[in-house]
Amino acid sequence: MLREQARAFLGARYPLQHVAALADGAGFDRSSWPEVAALGWAGISVPEDAGGAGLGFVEECVLGEELGRALFPGPFLATVVLALPALREAPDLVKEVVAGETLATLAWLGPSGEPDPARFPTGAGPADDRSGLYGSAWFVPDLALADLAVVAAEGPAGPGLWAVRLDQGSISIQDLPTVDTTRRLGVLFLEGAEGRALAEGPDAERLLEHLRDRALTFLAAEAVGVASRALEMGVEHARAREQFGRPIGAFQAVSHSLADAYAEIESARSLVRWAAALVAARAPESAPAAAAAKALASEAAVRTCERSIQVHGGVGFTWEHPLHRYYRRAEWIQAFLGWPAELRARIAASLLDDSGGANQRV
Amino acid sequence: MDLRDSPDEAAFRVRLREWLAANAPAHWDEPGTQRLEGAERLAFLRAWSARLYAAGFIGLTWPREYGGQDAPLTHHLIFLEEMGRSGAPEHVTPIGLGMAGPTILSHGSEAQKARYLRPILTGEEIWCQGFSEPEAGSDLASLRTRAELDGDHYVVTGQKVWSSFAHEADFCILLARSDPAAPRHAGLTYLIVPMRAPGVEVRPLRQITGDAEFNEIFLDGVRVPAENVIGRPGDGWTVAITTLMYERANLAVMLTVRLEIALSRLIDLARTTRRRGRRAADDPLVRDRIAELWTELQALRFTNYRALSTLMTTGVPGPEGSIVKLVWAEANQRLTKLALEIEGPYAMLSGGEHAVQDGLWQRLQLRSRGNSIEGGTSEILRGIVAERILSLPRSR
Repeated sequence: MLREQARAFLGARYPLQHVAALADGAGFDRSSWPEVAALGWAGISVPEDAGGAGLGFVEECVLGEELGRALFPGPFLATVVLALPALREAPDLVKEVVAGETLATLAWLGPSGEPDPARFPTGAGPADDRSGLYGSAWFVPDLALADLAVVAAEGPAGPGLWAVRLDQGSISIQDLPTVDTTRRLGVLFLEGAEGRALAEGPDAERLLEHLRDRALTFLAAEAVGVASRALEMGVEHARAREQFGRPIGAFQAVSHSLADAYAEIESARSLVRWAAALVAARAPESAPAAAAAKALASEAAVRTCERSIQVHGGVGFTWEHPLHRYYRRAEWIQAFLGWPAELRARIAASLLDDSGGANQRV
Repeated sequence: MDLRDSPDEAAFRVRLREWLAANAPAHWDEPGTQRLEGAERLAFLRAWSARLYAAGFIGLTWPREYGGQDAPLTHHLIFLEEMGRSGAPEHVTPIGLGMAGPTILSHGSEAQKARYLRPILTGEEIWCQGFSEPEAGSDLASLRTRAELDGDHYVVTGQKVWSSFAHEADFCILLARSDPAAPRHAGLTYLIVPMRAPGVEVRPLRQITGDAEFNEIFLDGVRVPAENVIGRPGDGWTVAITTLMYERANLAVMLTVRLEIALSRLIDLARTTRRRGRRAADDPLVRDRIAELWTELQALRFTNYRALSTLMTTGVPGPEGSIVKLVWAEANQRLTKLALEIEGPYAMLSGGEHAVQDGLWQRLQLRSRGNSIEGGTSEILRGIVAERILSLPRSR
C-alpha cells in the first residue's frame, strides 16, 4: 500500500527530469514540502494521537527505499528521520513538523563527522559568563531549508539536545557545496543562540544512539532503493543495446556482473529488514545490525552504480544520463555517518572485545 | 527465524534444544578426538538416527501415514538450525531425507511411498544420488547413462560421479536416458536403483583434501524393475527439478548454520592466537574481515527467512533464495582462508602436536574450493539469476 502510494506520487510529482532540474538549480523548493507532509509522510512514525500516521520505523524504511529509488530531493532524512524523534518532549514542535509547517534538521556532528557525545561540537551556557549556545556544527543536512535545528551540545548538566529556531540574529550558516546536490549540507554557527532543552544527560545520550541507528538503517534502505533502480537501468540497457549482432546482456561478462549486483542488493535488503525490525523494537542488537545494514547497502549501491555505468558504456559517462545522480547519492550515503570500514570496526568491537556487550552471539 | 518464533515454534525449539542437550553425543567428531570410521561409524549413526526418529524430530513435514509428523515447515527449519548449532551428528541418510524422500512424496506411486519412506526416516536404508556424469556436469541434460526397457525391467549402463554415500547406500536416485531419439530434456527417466544389484560397482573418489567423501558409480547392465520409475518414463527431467528444488531449500538453511558455526570457531581462533605481539583479534585488518563475514552471515540468515516466508505463503520459494548458495560459497572460502592467515606459518602444518586444532582449518580451506562447484557452479547460478530473475537474454 505505502510502497505503491509512494511510487505513484514520486513518479507523478518527482520524475527524474524534475529532480535533475532541482539538482542543477536552486535545489528543493521548501514550498513543496507541505504537499509531501499532507501524504502523512512527515509524521509517518508519529502516533495518531500526536497527529501522525501511526505507522512505525519498518514502514519508514519502506518509504526510504522508494525515496532512494526516486532520488527524492526533499528534506525527509533531515526532518523526519533525524530531527523529529528528538522533539518528542515538545509536542507543539512535533505538531508543526508533522503538519509540514516547520522543516527541521539535526546538528550533532563536528568537523570529524562523528556523532560522538564525547566530542560535541557546541557548548551550552551558562559558562564563562555566557548564556545560550555557542560553537559550530558540521555536515548538517538540508540546513539551508530548515527553520529549526536540534542541536547537540555540552551543557551544564552534561550532554543535551536543544531545539533552536534558525531565524535568530545569533545564528549564521554556511552552505557546503556537495557532490550530490539533491541533498545539501551546511555548517551552523551559534553565537549565544537561544535553545529550548529537549533532553539532557543519559537520556540525551540514549536518544543520540537511537538517532544514529535510525539514520544508519534509513540510509541503508535508501541505498537499496538507489541500487535497485541503478540495476534496473543496467538491465534495461543490456537487453536493448546490441553490439556484434546480439544484445550485450547475452555476454556473460555483462550478465554476470549484473547478477552479482542483484545478489549484493538482496543481501542488503535482507539486512535492512532485520535492522529496521530491531531498531523499531529498540532491541539491544540494533547498533551492530544498523551498522551492518548501512555498510553493506552503501557498498552495494556504490558498486551497482559502477557496474551499471560500465554496462551503459559511453552513455553512462554523460551528464545527460541520470546514472551519475544515483552514483552521487550512493557516494553521499557511503560517506555520511561512517564509511563501511568504520562501521565494521564498531561491529568488530561488539564481536571481539570482552565488553560484556549485548551481542556476544554470532 | 530466531527473531520471530511463534509461541508454538519457540516451544518446539526449547523441547528440541533440551532433548539434544540431554541426548546428543558430545564432541563426537571434533578435531583431536577419535573419529569413528567405516562400519563402526555407520552403526553409530544408524542408532543415533533411530533415536532422533523415536523422539519425533525426523520427517517433521512428512505425512503421518508414512511415518512423518505433519508439522509445519518452520519446525523443520528450526530442526536444521538447532542440529547445526548443537554439533550433534547428522541423520545417517541426508540424501534420503532431503532429496529422495521429498521426490517420492511429490512424484512417487502409492506403492513406492509405502515401501521407501519409513526406512528413510528410521535410518534403516541409506540413499545416494546419481545425477552428474564425467561428461555431464553443469550441462546435466547431456547425460549419457542409458536405461533400456527389456520386458518389465530397465537395463541401466553408464557412469555416475560425485555421489556421496554411494559406498554405503542401499538405493540410488538415478537419472538416465531412456529415449535417445527424443529431445534431450524429454528422453530422461528417473529411477530407483538398488545399489546391491549385480552390475553396480562403487569406487571412492579421493578429493583435494585427501578424503574420499564422494564416489564414482559404474553401472554395467544393471536390471532395475520398471516399477522403480518415479513419475512417468520420459518425465525424468521434471522429477529431477523437484529433487534439486528440495536440495536447495534445505541446503540454504544448513549452509547458513554451518557458516555461523565456522565463524564462531574463527572468532575463537582470532582471540586465542598471538601474532606479532598481539592477539589476532586486535589486528585491525583481521577485525575488518571478521566484521564483514558477520555482516554477510546475517544477510544470509534473513535472505533465507525472506525466501521461506514466500514459500510458506505461495508454495514457491522467493527468488532471492537463489543467491544464498552463491553468496555463501564465497563467504566460506574467504572465512577459511582468513583462518589460515591468522595461523601464520602454522598454516603449513596438517596435523600433529604443533598443528592448530589438528589441521582442521587446512582441511576446511581445501574443502571450500568445492563450494563454488558442487550443487551448481557459481557461474551457472549467476546465469540463473541473469536469465530467470533479471530476464536478460540467454547466453547460449
